[in-house]
Order: sequence, then structure tokens, then C-alpha cells
Amino acid sequence: MRFSIFSLARQALGGHAGWPVQWRSPEPKTSYDAVIVGAGGHGLATAYYLAREHGLRNIAVVEKGWLGGGNTGRNTTIIRSNYLWEESEAIYEHAVKLWETLAQELNYNVMYSPRGVMMLAHTVHDIQVFKRHVHANRLAGIDNEWLSAEQAKAFCPPLNIAPGMRYPVLGAALQRRGGTARHDAVAWGYARGADRLGVDIIENCEVTAIRRDANGAVTGIETTRGPIATRRLGVVAAGHTSVLMGMAGVRMPLESYPLQALVSEPIKPAIPCVVMSNTIHAYISQSDKGELVIGAGTDAYTSYSQTGALHVTTHTLDAICELFPNFRRVRMLRNWGGIVDVTPDRSPIIGTTPVPGLFVNCGWGTGGFKATPGSGHVFAATIARGEPHPIAAPFTLERFRTGRLIDEAAAAAVAH
Amino acid sequence: MLLIKCPHCGERAELEFRYGGEAHIARPADPGAIDDSGWADFLYMRSNPKGWHAERWRHEFGCGRFFNAIRHTVSDRIVATYRSGDKRPDIASLEAAAKR
Repeated sequence: MRFSIFSLARQALGGHAGWPVQWRSPEPKTSYDAVIVGAGGHGLATAYYLAREHGLRNIAVVEKGWLGGGNTGRNTTIIRSNYLWEESEAIYEHAVKLWETLAQELNYNVMYSPRGVMMLAHTVHDIQVFKRHVHANRLAGIDNEWLSAEQAKAFCPPLNIAPGMRYPVLGAALQRRGGTARHDAVAWGYARGADRLGVDIIENCEVTAIRRDANGAVTGIETTRGPIATRRLGVVAAGHTSVLMGMAGVRMPLESYPLQALVSEPIKPAIPCVVMSNTIHAYISQSDKGELVIGAGTDAYTSYSQTGALHVTTHTLDAICELFPNFRRVRMLRNWGGIVDVTPDRSPIIGTTPVPGLFVNCGWGTGGFKATPGSGHVFAATIARGEPHPIAAPFTLERFRTGRLIDEAAAAAVAH
Repeated sequence: MLLIKCPHCGERAELEFRYGGEAHIARPADPGAIDDSGWADFLYMRSNPKGWHAERWRHEFGCGRFFNAIRHTVSDRIVATYRSGDKRPDIASLEAAAKR
């Protein structure tokens, strides 16, 4: 069923009893042309674009839990493309361009809201770094502009710019096309779109082994719901990538860390944009339900615990209270952790692996949500052609051997 | 917050420590003899296990010394800490001891 004002009116008259299921819940077949491991946003987008743009129909997405239940459902939904290096600008801007028309493309409201992402500068070093980003972005045709502290406050009135703060706001970089989207809707929209193109989305199906032939090439996987044969396997497993790649004997340059977020009780519209501060480890926006959505830095040590320590969130709330004194009495409702896979250069890995037939898309670290459409799009092309899409080409696993790193850790706006 | 037993100072709160990543990654004995893949392994590849992990910590706001710990990366439970340079304890026996 296509969603439209007419379908909504028709269903309203019928008491909303006639909405069909959005995607099937099929039994796994014995064999597929391609199998994607991980039904998060990136994995579902990969399957969707494989079916839509590359004509593959016999595709499965296997997921050990439920669809969109990992980092897709745990992030703070920020979208922006103001990265420093050309390689990063290309892939994140590719994603932003897809975000702009994604709801129409999927016929599913992903609630993309380009309300502006403002990144605060608190030190002379921040000012220099952000101005460098502004210039680099504008040379690449990506919008990013420098604001004085007063202009930042005009753009976001609740912001505290008092000079007496422990880390005073000295200015900000603003990407107006940046913003947020509804994380669950992204997973659901891609799942529905992929399902309609014949993709089998198989939940509660954990991969337990990767089968290979005498030449080392992938021949299939073992799962908790039985063996599945395939010659093309795409691993899109975020924090668990090292575990899965280990099943094929591939060591990865990844470490998995908990990254925490929290939401407040719902309040009236109070903050019109996304505000980020890498220096004091806080980012905040307001959801359409009215909750303040707050993100913290990563925990100090590698872990798969999906929780994280309370002192990390306390540290972030200290910063939020200093930046937004109005929010000091707002109560927090929930906090949680997601397991993010971090690479040494804080850039993703998208491409082929030493194992024939095995492809990997990982290492998105603390900032993968914004890339969801672009990541799926270029990874699908990589799987379909067996060689990297031009935008994905710099992000190979091979770069850790050649030394051609894309060092966004030291250079760009990566919140840690 | 973890309670971590520094082998030199005893149990202290996690805030006194800094994490140092995977332990027992030895610098190549003959750096000239290894190729790019060898360097990539040494510099970047990590085991990142879902399970027991031998890792370095530094008691930054204490004695300042590095030491190693064995921690489970799902429960975050630390079953042993030991001085840098000491042999890695046998994880199977620690696991058995943890169950008792």
C-alpha cells in the first residue's frame, strides 16, 4: 500500500483497522544471491539499494535481534556533512543529499528536519579548527558558516554565552542543512522498501559461523535458524563486526566502546536546532515528542555491555547545565548505551576484504546514523560490482596497511 | 564506575585510571624485518573480543604506573590485575575461579 493523504483518509474512515503489515516475516530460504548481516539502518539500506539499483532480488538480511534494535535505535539522530577531509566530505554529503529526498523515495516519512547543527567553540584552538573546517567545507561546496557568540545565541536563544562560564562560548560553526531524522522511521522505511522489492528480512537469526570453500571464498553462513548458502556476504554489524569477521579469520582494526545517550521528560519546544560541543562532551536537540535528546562521549574502555558508566553521563549533564541553565530542573527519563566500533583514524571501513565474497561496512564509530543512506548506497554498489564504489574507494581495509589513513580523529568534528 | 585494583596501590575508583588498550602487544623485535602488513598488525589490528580481555590501565592519579587487567567485556567484571611484564594469567583457571 502506498501512503498518501487518500490512504490515510480511507483508513481513518475504516477505523484504522485496514493497515497491512509493513514487511513480511519470512522463513529463511536455503540459499540467497546475497546475504547482509545486520538489520540496522545501514544493513537495510544496503539491501534496499542492492534490490532497487542493482537488480538483485534474492537477498536476505539476517539480524540476531530485532530490526533497528541496535545503534539505529540508540543514537541521537544527528545529520551533518561538515567533515574536514575530501573523502569524508564526499561520503557524508552524498548521504545528506539522499536524506533530502529520502521520505519521497521510500514513501515513508523519515521526519528529516534540517534545523541546523551548531558546533560550539570554547577555546582559541576550537576557533582555529572550526574556521578551518568552514573554509574546507565551502571549498567543497558544503554549507558551513562561522557565527560569533552573539549570532550563535540569536540562532539558539536558550544558549548561555556569559563570559564567566568555565568554558565560555567564543563562537560556533553552523551547518544549516544539518539536522535530525526519526531513527526508527529510517529503519522501518528501508525495511518496508526492501521487503516490497522481495528482500527477506529475517529477525532473531544470529550468525554462528561463516562457511568457506577450499579457496577460502565464502559459501554460506550457519545461523541459529539453520544454514544459509550465499556467495556474497555483507557484514554490517557495527559493534559486533570484530566478532563476525573473526568467524572468517579476518582481524579488524576496530575497538568497540559503549556510547551513551539519554532523554529527558517531554517539554515544550525549547531548543530550535542541534547544539554540539566536542570540547566539553555534550550534544543536544529536541525530539518532536518534546524530549531533550542528549548524547555523551564514549566510555573509557572497550565493552559490549550496552550500558556504560554513570559518571560519563553526569559529566555530559554538567556541560548541558552550564550551556543551558534553563534545563537544570529538567528530569531525565531514560539513558542507555550502544556499542560503537571505532577505527584508529575514526573513519569507516567500506569494501572488500581478503576473503573472496566477504564484504564489510563498519567503523562508523560515534557518528554512523547521519551516513545511513549514503553508506547503504555505496556499499550496495560495492557488493554488486565486487569492487569499491568511487566514494567508498578511499575507505578500504587496505588503508591500514598502506598508511593512507583518513584522519578525522585529530582533524574533524568527531565527538569523543 | 569500575572498582579497579591497582597492583601497587590497591582498590581505587575508575576515575583515577586511564585506559591503555589491549595488553601484550609487543613491539616487533626487529622493526626492519617486518613488512607493511606486519606493521598494520602491530599498530592497528586488535582482537576486540566479546569475552575476556587482557588490557592495560595506568593509575594516572595515583602511582602513575601501568599495569594489566583481565576484564570480561560483556559484564565488565575484572577478575585479575597484574604488574606490567608479568605473564598473562591463564584465563580458563580465572574463569573457573570466578564461577566458584
